[in-house]
Order: sequence, then structure tokens, then C-alpha cells
Amino acid sequence: MPEAIATSNASRITPITRVNDFVVKFANVNGSGSASANNMFAKAVFRMGIPVSPHNIFPSNIQGLPTWYEVRISEAGYLGRRDGVDLMVAMNEQTIRNDIDSVLPGGYVLYDNSKPLGPHLLRDDINYLGIPIKDICLKEFEKPTQRQLFKNIVYVGALAAFLEIDFQVLTDLVGDQFRGKERLIPPNIHALELGHQYASNNFKCPLQIRLKHCRKTDNKILIDGNTAVALGCVYGGATVAAWYPLTPSTSVVDAFGKYCKRLRIDPGSGKRKYAIVQAEDELAAIGITVGAGWNGARAFTATSGPGISLMQEFLGLAYFAEVPIVIFDIQRAGPSTGMPTRTQQSDILSCAYASHGDTKQVLLFPASPGECFDFAIEAFDIADNLQTPVIVMSDLELGMNEQMCDALQWTDGREYDRGKVLSEAQLEELGEFARYRDVDGDGIGYRTYPGTHPEKGSYFTRGSSHDDRAAYTEDGNVYAGVMDRIARKFNTAVGFLPLPEQIDTEQENSSGLKLGLLFYGTTTSAIQESLDSLERQGYHFDTLRIRAFPFHESVQQFIDCHDRIYVIEQNRDAQMKSLLKIECDASNRKLASILNYNGVLITAQHIERSVLEDLATFEQTAANTLSSRA
Amino acid sequence: MTYIRKPKFANPHIRSNDLGLTHRDYEGSLTTLCGGCGHDSISAAIIQAAVGMSLPPHRVAKLSGIGCSSKIPAYFLSRSHGFNSVHGRMPSVATGANMANKELYFLGVSGDGDSASIGLGQFCHIVRRRINMLYIVANNGTYGLTKGQLSATADPGSRTKSGEESQYDNIDMATLAIELGASFVARSFSGDKSQLVPLIQAGLSHKGFAFIDVISPCVTFNNTDFSTHGYKNTWENYQALSSIDYVPMRKEITTSYGAGEDKEITLHDGSVIHLHKTGSDYRPEDRDNALSHISDYRKKGKIATGLLYINQDQADFHELNDSVDKPLNTLASSDLCPGNEVLQSINETFR
Ligand SMILES: Cc1ncc(C[n+]2csc(CCOP(=O)(O)OP(=O)(O)O)c2C)c(N)n1
Ligand code: SF4
Ligand SMILES: [Mg+2]
Repeated sequence: MPEAIATSNASRITPITRVNDFVVKFANVNGSGSASANNMFAKAVFRMGIPVSPHNIFPSNIQGLPTWYEVRISEAGYLGRRDGVDLMVAMNEQTIRNDIDSVLPGGYVLYDNSKPLGPHLLRDDINYLGIPIKDICLKEFEKPTQRQLFKNIVYVGALAAFLEIDFQVLTDLVGDQFRGKERLIPPNIHALELGHQYASNNFKCPLQIRLKHCRKTDNKILIDGNTAVALGCVYGGATVAAWYPLTPSTSVVDAFGKYCKRLRIDPGSGKRKYAIVQAEDELAAIGITVGAGWNGARAFTATSGPGISLMQEFLGLAYFAEVPIVIFDIQRAGPSTGMPTRTQQSDILSCAYASHGDTKQVLLFPASPGECFDFAIEAFDIADNLQTPVIVMSDLELGMNEQMCDALQWTDGREYDRGKVLSEAQLEELGEFARYRDVDGDGIGYRTYPGTHPEKGSYFTRGSSHDDRAAYTEDGNVYAGVMDRIARKFNTAVGFLPLPEQIDTEQENSSGLKLGLLFYGTTTSAIQESLDSLERQGYHFDTLRIRAFPFHESVQQFIDCHDRIYVIEQNRDAQMKSLLKIECDASNRKLASILNYNGVLITAQHIERSVLEDLATFEQTAANTLSSRA
Repeated sequence: MTYIRKPKFANPHIRSNDLGLTHRDYEGSLTTLCGGCGHDSISAAIIQAAVGMSLPPHRVAKLSGIGCSSKIPAYFLSRSHGFNSVHGRMPSVATGANMANKELYFLGVSGDGDSASIGLGQFCHIVRRRINMLYIVANNGTYGLTKGQLSATADPGSRTKSGEESQYDNIDMATLAIELGASFVARSFSGDKSQLVPLIQAGLSHKGFAFIDVISPCVTFNNTDFSTHGYKNTWENYQALSSIDYVPMRKEITTSYGAGEDKEITLHDGSVIHLHKTGSDYRPEDRDNALSHISDYRKKGKIATGLLYINQDQADFHELNDSVDKPLNTLASSDLCPGNEVLQSINETFR
């Protein structure tokens, strides 16, 4: 009898006791309808004012394989992943053994005890919360699909009792979810109540881990990065989108289409102020984007690593012919198909120098859904101003998981900055038009859209070598001159890009060393927690978050001012560190790597362990060098 | 070779068209192709077509892939914006350009290597998407620019200059275009301007995806007596299903035709084409009839040319998309941005 076990060994277990600070993990079977129930749980926590960050760990499969949903709850606002599970909702028989093993001592397992657990699944250091979920559903619901689906709602109801979730918040959520399908509301609420009742009647509720209303989510929203990107594209004025379905980027264009249907219909005619093409492959997707960008529309494509590989040739064309386009790379674990549903930051180098020949691409690194929105808007302005592709480097973790961020904002009256584009009137006044002439000394020429002026301003766009009037040339010096000018353009670029976010006190540690953490994108989620913990252990770190490439000069300064800098990233080959070594004056002696490439988000504990391990030897060598110099 | 400016001789006798423009205003830079290359004749036909129909040159966007054939947009219509893109990918670039501004004329020029091999996928999909443009394949059965390899349009048994024989079945681009839903499909020959020029004009006037497969011999690598894409074979076996005249909009029709021999088709922009029967009972609006004629001719070693198929009732991309009337590239932030108030209500859905 699991309950008996739970009570019998209760005396020996020191239960985890925490309010608003624990990890709940759901282990489910893919396709069993658990996603919306689990999401309801996370959203309920959020609506109770408690910071929450859910992480989907899902298979590349439609039905049958295991999937997990891990919810970090942290009133302190630590939104990264944390090692260890406090409460496991173990609903998948295939994985239950490992799932139970991953529970921290003193933690809890919620499971379906319609069938007793095998003895091999019984640990004596955790609490078992058995609920006869299947039996309850068999008894209470008629249809087989209901019996299956409501299992998920029943455990959410039980969790409400165990963790003291505000029941009103849950019923409101059900109401919101089924707006327009009101007949589904009562059975869902009934299922919640069934779970709640069983838990309250059979266990001492709430548990030692529980929730308590607070006010830490005011003015916040819970949104996934891809949706935020899509909204950024709507607000940023994108009218053309071309794409080829590829996890985890698919939901970018899905969401863009959904919002356009609402927000981009001409009220008078009912017609569309946008066009989306699901292309035949990523080559066509970027080709369409390039054609539209050339012809003066704001155009984008969204893809992931395999698509970036296919887009290489066009990226070279757009670089050399200077066509503004925006690409969203929602990175996943490669190479090849790799782990298509797991996260990584492993396209850094293949994007930074994408294509053959001497090329360089502008990259932006958003770290939150809010930045996904802002950077999407910025990306169009930057691409237009620099007349070059801009690649926004998101990843699966950011793109497909809901995260808490500040509510999105748009400044009314803000105009799109289309860069140097000559109008008919300007062309009329102009003497000679030369598309690629560096009139202003910033490396950026003036462009025209086809059809602007009857006689002036036409030019021939080509990927072959050309002079400043866009005419074909095989004169090597003219070619080199154009390449040098484009390089200058990338100096200008830095002024248009988001600055690094820097916390730099230059405070020395007791060892006399100045230490730094350098990171970007989703590794950011673990930083505050790492810093606080290291600080408690007597270590002080300055931080620099890279938000764009080419790098701002402050990146070099940060490297210069610190003795040891940990570059934290999620790939095997330390790609950002390599990029820093190529682009800045930096050595391996200064830059150390903290890497995580198992496909799930890096944790603060991992960072902390790695830093301390490295520091132990580094401090020793540093001391030796100092003493030998003395 | 560097850019050479074409010498300009003032010729007061050159006639100007309705826009007050002369032939010279439609020219491009000097060709760099081999003397006698069919592709140069296509450039000349495009210029003649554009002058004749008073096409405003700056309202044309000319696009191409890579190859000798794809170079020719530089050799006509220098007042038009041009885009010489990457090998086989002109269809996607043209699609995007058309999405951005549906009001321009789009003229794509490609080769058989560019469109039937590396770009076959993109070709198929631009046809399916019904982009409103004229797409010309300058078809020489070989890869001219990479020095004479066989292409996928080379007929089995056809031999190049180096003696290489094509062993595989060929791809017939006109048949393919009809099957994939192109609404204007023609075949012609670079050597027959009297047919090619009106076909180009009609193709530009047509609303929807217009395709012309132009046999355009490569004199340097594939003009042997054993090549089905050389001048000799083409002259000998080329048979027009009907001959064609094009009368631009606003022009009075002056020629008269015998009853029953002539078919008059008014195109979307008001221009008119006249098709004169050449003996065969050909119905260009009948898709199956078109396909069977092409294959019957082929079985006899003949090349069916002229307007093979036309369908004027098909919606084009923007009609299918239900795009607003104004070109997308002219919409400003006031047209496109929903504003902060709406954003705040969107925020509410994420709480
Ligand atoms: C990605 C890529 N692969 C190969 C080439 C080399 N290449 C240039 S043109 C060409 C063939 C062109 O043949 P076609 O389109 O028939 O044009 P033609 O020269 O015969 O007019 C090839 C293979 C290239 N430019 N790009
Ligand atoms: S190689 Fe052939 S296709 Fe190319 S320019 Fe010469 S004749 Fe024309
Ligand atoms: Mg060819």
C-alpha cells in the first residue's frame, strides 16, 4: 500500500520544506494530451504572482515517446533550470524508474496507484502520493477519449490540494482555455475537483512544499520566444515571410500568420497586407526573402541549423550584393538531424561567417521573449540600414518554452527606418547614381527600389564582382576595393547594434584576481543564480552579456580588464570563445569555457561547479606566476 | 572582361514608340557571348518586343540565375533593375520580388541547366504558385558556361561537340509547365523573331505565369549535326502549331484575316493576339490537346512551336493570397503597425 509506505517511512524521511521555491516535473507520454494540463499548472503558479519557468523536454515524435515538462518555481526569480526534482508527477510507465530516481531525498512522487507500484520503484527516502487516477476517470467519465484526457486534469486537481494552488485561479484558467467551447468547462472543473478531493481526503494537505500568493509577476507576461518573434515581425513591418517547416522554428511563421490574420487585414477591403509562402525548401525560402528584400519589402525567414546550412550560398549573395533580409535561427542540437527537439547554441560559427568567400554576418542574441520581440523589430531596421542580412540567434529553449518577461511595449509614432533609399524626387535631383559608391564614408551606398524613376537609379544586382556602379568587372583591384568597403560597413554596423549588457565593478577577489562571466542567449537564465551562490562563497564576478556580433569595443575592454573570464555556452566546441579569439585580442589563458551540450538548458549548479573547479587550479598557477615573478 | 559602354550614335531616323522611347532606350550593355549564340537573338527579340508594346522599361524587373543565358538581362533594358542571382534559384528570387511589388512586369531569363537541373525544383514551384511573370528558358541542350556538358533537356541520342551522347530521357520544359499549371506556355526558336517577338509580348501581357521554352543554339558547344538543339535540326524540324500576331492595347487592328483561319484572344491588359491556323486543328485553350500535340510531334522527330497553351481564367499568386491593392513594399508603419494599445491587449492573453 503506497500510502501506507508513505506514512510508514515518513518518520525516517526529512521532507523538503519550501515555499515558492521548488521544481515540479511531469513525466508523460507524448500525445496523451498532457501538454495543456501541464501548462495550466504553470500558468496557475504565474497567476498567483510567483515567478515560474516551464521547460519542455520533448521527443521528435507525434505519439508514444516519453516527454517531460519541468517547472521551476522561484520567488527569488531564478528562471533557469535547477538540478534535481522536488515533486515528480510520474505518469509514464516507460520512464518511471528513472523518473523516481531523479527525485531529491525528501521529495515527492505523484503517481497513479490504480495499479500498485513494483517493489523496485520504492525508495525509502521519498514520499509517495498515490492517486487512483485511472479508476477515478473510468468511474466518472463515459467516453474513452475523456477517460484518457481527464487523467491529466485530475492530477492537476490533486496538485492544487498538495501545493495549495488557488482553486479559483484554476477554474478561471479553464474558463479562459475553453472560451467559445463553454460546454467543455464543467467536465474539466469536475476533473480538477476529483483530484483535489481525493488528495485532500487521503493526505495531509498542503505538503511541506507549497505555493503562496505573492506579487512578483505584476507587469510580466508568460510567452514563448517564437510567438514574441512573430509579434516583433508584425510590429516591425514585415510583409513577406517565406519558410520551410523545421522544428523548432515552425511556430515563428505559424504565429506570424495567426497574428497577421487578425492585425494585418485592410479594414476597407478585407484584403491582406502581407504574404506568406511555405516554400519547397530553405533555399527557396531565403531566395524569396532576398527577392522581396531587394524589391523593398521587409522580409524574413525562420529556420534552424539544417536550414542555415542550405541557405549558405544565398547568404553570400545577400552579403555581397548587399540585400537586407532577416533570418531567425532557432537553434537546436546538431550536427545533421542531431537531437531535433533539444536545445543548443551551436550555429554561432556557421552563422557568423556564413557562406563561401570572405563573409561576415550580423548576429543578434536575444536572451528573453521580450528581447525576441525587440530584436525582431530592430533586426529589420538594422538590415535596412546596413543593407545586409541580419540573423537573430534564438534557440529551442527560448523559442518553444514559455518564459516570464516584461510586458511587450511599442512606442507609438516610431517610424520604420528604411536606411538609405532614394526616392524618385531624390533621384531627379541627383547627378550620377552609383549603387555601391561610398558617398558618406560609412561603407554604405544608396539603393533604389525597382520602378522608382523612369530614367535614373536602375542598377544590376549581381553576385559576381562589380564596381561601384554595379557593373561587372574582373579588375581585381576594383573587386578588392569593394570588399574593403564592405568590411568598413561592418565597422559602421557596431553603432547600430544592441550594446553588450555589462555589470562591471572591477572588484578584485581575495586572490587578487578579477573574474568575469561572459555569456549570451539562453545561458543568461542561469547567471543570477550562479552569481549569488558564488558571491555567498566569497567570489565576485563581473558579467558581460553579448547581444550582437560584430562585437562592440567594450567586449575587448572587458577581456582586457579581467584575469579570468568564463565563456558560458551550449555547444561542444566553444564556438563563441572561438569567435572571440578570432575577432578580439584574447588568449586561452584568459578565456575559459563552461560548456553544456546535452540538449537541455544549462543549470546554475553546472556553472558553479565548473567555475570552482577551474579556479582551484587557476588561482594556484596565478599565485605561482606571481611569486616566481617576484 | 570589364564593363564596356556601348557606343551611342545619334540616329534621328529611329522611330519612337508611344512612350517617346526608341530602340536605343531599351538596349543594354554590350554582349559578351560568343558570336552567333542564340541567346543574343533572344536579347534582341526582347528589346524589339518591349519597344513594340511600349513597355515602360523602368517598370520591368529582370531576373536570372547563372549561365550564359542568365547573363543576357545585362544586354537589354538598361533602365530596368536587374538581378543576376545564383544558379538555379531565380524562381525564388522572382517570387519574393513579385510578392513585394505586384505592379512591376517581371521577366525571368534562365537556361536549361539553370531551370531543368539545379533549379528544377524551384521551377516547378514557381509554376505552381502562379507568379505573374514571363519566364524564358534559353534552351541549348547544354551547359554553355561550363563548357559543353549535356543538360537534362538534351534528347536521348543527341550528341555534343565533344561527341558525348545523351543517354537519358530528356525533360520537356513546356510539357512540364503545362502539367504544373502554367497558364501561358509557348515554345519558340531564337532564330525565328517573327514568332518569338509576339510570343514575348503576349507573355508579358498575360496575367499569371507565362513560360516560353526558346530553343537557342550554343554555337560553341552544341551546334553539331547530331545535336537536336543545333540550328540545323531546329530549322529542319521546327513546326508552328499556329502563327501569332500581337496587337498592343490601344492600337488599331489593321490586318484582316480570312474567316475560320483566325483566332482572336484579348489578353488581360487589353492587348490582342491573333492566332492563324497552319493546317493542324489546334486548340490552345485545351490542355490535354496541347499535351498530346507536343508528344505527337515529338514522336515524329518534330518540334511543336508557337503558343501551346493559354488559360486566361486562372487566379495569380496575389489573387490567391488576396493581397491588398497597394504593393506591399509601399506600405508604411501606419499601414502595418497595430500600435501599442493593441499590443497591451495582446499582453493580456499571456497572463
Ligand atoms: C552552385 C553552382 N554550381 C555550379 C555552377 C557552375 N555553373 C555555372 S553555369 C552552369 C550551367 C549553365 O547552364 P545553362 O543554365 O544551360 O546555361 P547556358 O550557359 O547553357 O546558357 C553551371 C553548372 C554554379 N555557378 N553554381
Ligand atoms: S558558350 Fe554557347 S551558350 Fe555560351 S555564349 Fe557561347 S555559344 Fe552561347
Ligand atoms: Mg544551356
